[in-house]
Amino acid sequence: MTPLSSPEALRIDVAGLARRSVASLYSHLVTRPTGRAVRLAIESQLAEAGEPSISLVDFSQVTILDFSCADEVVARLLRRYMPDDRPRDAFFVFRGVQEWHEEPIQVVLERQSLAAVAQVADGQLRLLGTVAPEEVRLWRRVEEARSLSPDSRNGGGLALEDLAVLGRLISRRLVFQEPEGPLHALTHLLGEL
Amino acid sequence: MNVVPLPSSLDYRTVDEVLDAAVQAPEGRVLLDGRHVRWVDPNGMVGLLSAGQFLRGRTGVPPRFQMPEHPEVPGYMARMGFFQAAEGILETGQPPSRRGGGESAVLLEITPISTNADVHEVVDRVQSTAGSILSETLRYPLSAVVQFSVILSEVCQNILEHAEAPGWVAAQAYNWQKRLGRHVLVIAVSDLGRGFRGSLAPEHSARFGDRWGDATALEAAFIHGLTRFPDSHRGQGIQQIRKQVRRWEGSISIRSGTARIADVPEWDDSPPLREGLEPFPGAQIHIILPGRVPETGS
Repeated sequence: MTPLSSPEALRIDVAGLARRSVASLYSHLVTRPTGRAVRLAIESQLAEAGEPSISLVDFSQVTILDFSCADEVVARLLRRYMPDDRPRDAFFVFRGVQEWHEEPIQVVLERQSLAAVAQVADGQLRLLGTVAPEEVRLWRRVEEARSLSPDSRNGGGLALEDLAVLGRLISRRLVFQEPEGPLHALTHLLGEL
Repeated sequence: MNVVPLPSSLDYRTVDEVLDAAVQAPEGRVLLDGRHVRWVDPNGMVGLLSAGQFLRGRTGVPPRFQMPEHPEVPGYMARMGFFQAAEGILETGQPPSRRGGGESAVLLEITPISTNADVHEVVDRVQSTAGSILSETLRYPLSAVVQFSVILSEVCQNILEHAEAPGWVAAQAYNWQKRLGRHVLVIAVSDLGRGFRGSLAPEHSARFGDRWGDATALEAAFIHGLTRFPDSHRGQGIQQIRKQVRRWEGSISIRSGTARIADVPEWDDSPPLREGLEPFPGAQIHIILPGRVPETGS
């Protein structure tokens, strides 16, 4: 099922952005000012994109990611686009999250009770951060189905509790819902990125 | 001239004595007498710079450093970048050649930290030197170089974000065959800034009332993760450093002012909290990471 109002998909190369926005000599994502500069550069890209947008934030070329940078580039970025008064309607998927990136990202997300969709080192898609088991189960179901129509949600064997969990996934921006329409897995919206 | 004799082993166990002696030294020019120093580690060297900086700030004149007589120690200190870092802080006389003191590789020579660019430089530098030491000497997994870099980054940022003053970092690996039967990696960080009490006071001192002091400030930051920033999501650095150091069965201790707090592993006999030290400014952090014990059997 193709979304009617498909979000604009952006690919954000974090390492490249760090080199361009901070200093060409910095090859690692360390220190809070570096993280802040990268986050602001991401926000600047988002400001030029359409709405809604879905960004593939790519850590593939990042070797070192410290906790301060993870806080800025992942947690603060998500937190900024989470509330109703967010600057823009934006969704995020994190790619190229290596084994050694996972802990900083997990820690900073948990500290703010946030969650994010991430493609980790083995290529698997995971939810990082604070997530309940039932959220993981429903999120996987949406990922596998790629999309869930309102009919399939209501008549597709989903219990009432599941609908409540889906509501949480929507409000946590871990899945995308068209207005009054179907749900889509975020990765489904990335297209060819 | 007031003479402060330096201990023969100038390392993480004795450096607090040197800092205390610097505070206690009478007014007037000081001689830091290193003639009998036979062993020095990064904590000793960075501590010596801190003592020198403190004394120079008090008198306006750099204290004199009497070079160790041991044939290998001055050369080793030179290779760790001690004499370069000491320029303007200590009067050392003619520095020895960097080629003396054996041929062991320097992991991270004494590096001043005053900007974020310095932290990037430290992380870049250890990428090329730490990998083989961590994996071959300490038997850590290959990915440990990443966690080690993150520790260094966070510990250096602690200087920039909390001390509001420059500091130094240094690291080196040693064979502690007699003491522990293993190699260890020693990291030393020191600054002469506001210290933990000064950094946390505006935000947290009121709730501690009369109990507020160096030890309570250290406990607040080290154990409870409090930070000077009102944003409750910050202050993860020290907690994450502690977690990683514990995983590697290492020790970490922080002195600030009159107290030193520590996570003490089984192999160490240091107390978890010391109070009643002399009020030395800033913060001094020691981290010791022991090598992994090789698995026995087939």
